[in-house]
Amino acid sequence: MIGVLNQVVSGIATGGIYASIALALVMIFLATHQINFAQGEIAMFSTYIALMLIQAGVPYWIAFLLTVTISFTMGMLLQRFVLEPLSNAPILASVGAFLGLLLIFNNIAGWIFGYSLKPFPTPFGAGEPMFGGMISRHEMGSTVVTLAVLVAIWAFFRFTKVGLAMRAAAYNPVSSRLVGIPVARMLALGWGLAAGIGAIAGMMVAPIVFLDPNMMAGVLLYAFAAALLGGITSPLGAVVGGVLMGVIENLAGAYVVGTELKLTTALVIIVVVLVFKPSGLFGKALASRV
Amino acid sequence: MPMLLEVKALHGAYGESKVLHGLDFVVEEGGVTTLLGANGAGKTTTLRAISGMLKTQGEILFAGKPIQGMKTEDITALGIAHVPDGRGTFMELTVEENLRLGSYTRNDKAAIAVDMARMFELFPRLKERLTQQAGTLSGGEQQMLAIARAMLLNPKLLLLDEPSFGLAPLIVREIFDILGRIVREARMSILVVEQNASLALSIADRAYLLETGRIMMSGTAADIAKDESLRRSYLGY
Amino acid sequence: MSAQSNWLRPLALLLALAVIPVVFATGFQLFQLTMVAIYALSVLGKNLVSGYGGQVSLGQGAFFAVGAYTAAVLMDQYDWPYWATLPVAAITSGLVGLMLGLPALRLGGLYLALVTFALAISVPQLLKYKAFEAWTGGVQGIVINKPEPPFDLPLSADQWTYLFTLAVVAVFFFLARNLIDSRIGRSLKAIRDHALAAEAMGIELARYKTLVFGVGALFTGIGGALSAFAVAFVSPDSFSLALSLTLFVGMVIGGAATIQGAVYGAVFIVFAPNVSEAIFKGAPGAVYGIILILFMFFAPGGFASLVRRFGAKYLRRAKPA
Repeated sequence: MIGVLNQVVSGIATGGIYASIALALVMIFLATHQINFAQGEIAMFSTYIALMLIQAGVPYWIAFLLTVTISFTMGMLLQRFVLEPLSNAPILASVGAFLGLLLIFNNIAGWIFGYSLKPFPTPFGAGEPMFGGMISRHEMGSTVVTLAVLVAIWAFFRFTKVGLAMRAAAYNPVSSRLVGIPVARMLALGWGLAAGIGAIAGMMVAPIVFLDPNMMAGVLLYAFAAALLGGITSPLGAVVGGVLMGVIENLAGAYVVGTELKLTTALVIIVVVLVFKPSGLFGKALASRV
Repeated sequence: MPMLLEVKALHGAYGESKVLHGLDFVVEEGGVTTLLGANGAGKTTTLRAISGMLKTQGEILFAGKPIQGMKTEDITALGIAHVPDGRGTFMELTVEENLRLGSYTRNDKAAIAVDMARMFELFPRLKERLTQQAGTLSGGEQQMLAIARAMLLNPKLLLLDEPSFGLAPLIVREIFDILGRIVREARMSILVVEQNASLALSIADRAYLLETGRIMMSGTAADIAKDESLRRSYLGY
Repeated sequence: MSAQSNWLRPLALLLALAVIPVVFATGFQLFQLTMVAIYALSVLGKNLVSGYGGQVSLGQGAFFAVGAYTAAVLMDQYDWPYWATLPVAAITSGLVGLMLGLPALRLGGLYLALVTFALAISVPQLLKYKAFEAWTGGVQGIVINKPEPPFDLPLSADQWTYLFTLAVVAVFFFLARNLIDSRIGRSLKAIRDHALAAEAMGIELARYKTLVFGVGALFTGIGGALSAFAVAFVSPDSFSLALSLTLFVGMVIGGAATIQGAVYGAVFIVFAPNVSEAIFKGAPGAVYGIILILFMFFAPGGFASLVRRFGAKYLRRAKPA
């Protein structure tokens, strides 16, 4: 029983990371109806930037903020110069562009930083596990950070004028322009946010899985499964789906299939969701009367 | 009277198919102007052209300044509020959020609050449904929401695209009564496009008759309403 | 053009492709050409799915792996001759394609891209799984023998492998040509270009889409089996996401909705690494990525559309009307 509880708690910790990436995916999907296949690689690349800064002697939290800022800018520029021009092209073209970005980030990272596994520092210390050995300090700290990020994002969209305008631009670009919202700028902002969230997730997961250019492939797969499980149109669903996926991953790893089929587990969940409940847990159809 | 909007030799097309063939018309400051015409005459397209939603040739002057080729959001920011066909409701957002979006371009918080209160006075139904998802409103309520949203921009010019479309006569009456009050009280010009000519003429000062992308006739609303033959052949009432 | 020259020209081309390399090429060059033929077939499978079927599949590498492993396991565990494994490889990869395509195709578009992407990521792990290790050899993979020329023909193994591969690939290109010109092919084009109208005309969208997905998987699976013969080795890590992305790049750069595009794409896949290594040492994949994005911007129809555009111009100049 203690074992199960252990698995659940540590599942929630990694689940928070899946939740953030899933949220970033859902944000992009709502705004552009595209799936960002490069989301993971952008996060991985950002994590290398953080490592570079830390190794250059920059204190952790300053490096953290700098990395988020750099990723944010990078995301905005990518939207402006690569994806915006393809916004009216067929699916194949936008998917092609995303895969192109994936290849570029993956290979440039390997070229600059090498393909070997690199340890990544945690700011939460390596001391004794907390709560009677239930959860490591890093897991606890990363859960708090991801939770803070999710709450901040929620508050931003819920309570600020720009957040409201971003939601409006995602749901109804035509009407948004008619109330004076610069839709293209909102999309770029959304991309910036998604890249920033990805960077934080990367920095939180790297101490656990070690940093290498392919670090995010598994995380991205779990985030995809999380987004679909929660409902690809629901930000809340992405968060719930992320936490669920973290728990499922740990329980399945410990008691069902072992860790060697982690990725296949995610694939199976994706297929099962698509077969039995394509709208996910929270992605409900909108009630509307005309 | 000074001209708020001047449209000269306006041509417009959706891709290959041309819709507007050289329109000339003006909207006077402080008045209600109406564009009448049958389905497909180019009424909606004219409004879209003014808001920069399609490529056009010719000239569009707003308060003497050319606005052609500007982005839609920048034209809106100049003070042109557009209630589009289909009402443009943000279905997924609440009624309150829809209204807040109306004042997106403004920063005068106190004045926005005053205007918001005024809208609740004009449309008490919206106040009752403030926290409801806008997609669940009835057609009439969505039309009210669209007008209120546009008014919250505090516009100099209000473009209305078929406010009566698809609504029950009673609701249409209610909406046009409110529009009448707005016209009398607010210092604002309105360009309204309508298929229901008698309704539009009842609140308009000046009218243009549009047929297949050209202006067929223009005059004061009163003169046009009086013209028996015109009424029968073009306006159908 | 007469009916005779219609099949004479491809036949002459095929003969030239068979004889010239065998006479002049070195062993390594022959191997490269063999891989060109294999990738051409695999990309063709993808072309059928994406270019003609209008479905975005990102996991074609998985079907390549199914074909390769089917062939390798049959040869290694059950001592089948290489050629006899081909039909089985075709069936297994086609069936896996149908099974995976069915749920995602119903939803279409991005969902299929997502499922196949997930598949591509999870393939190596699945191949390494210890429960299958007795057959798959786990991380080590399976070493098999190169095809030997039959009837004591005076050919090297490389030469024979090339000829055998070329023959199989030629047959499938011929089948693809006929498939596209058939009623099914025309229906597919109708579905891709006007899905609603096609449905109104009574074309059963789901059935055709699933069918073409299965056929595309089958083509790529045969490519995988042939690659197992040519390389004489299969291992989990050669069927990673990178392979699926490579096939995607090959399709886009060659030209998605053309048959000859598959050949251009395959030439790119085999020879571009050398070139991009020269341009940008250390990160050849980044060059792939940049080329991919440039094509999306400036030549979404791929190399085949460029050939057609400039070819038409040249012909007009050469033969003034």
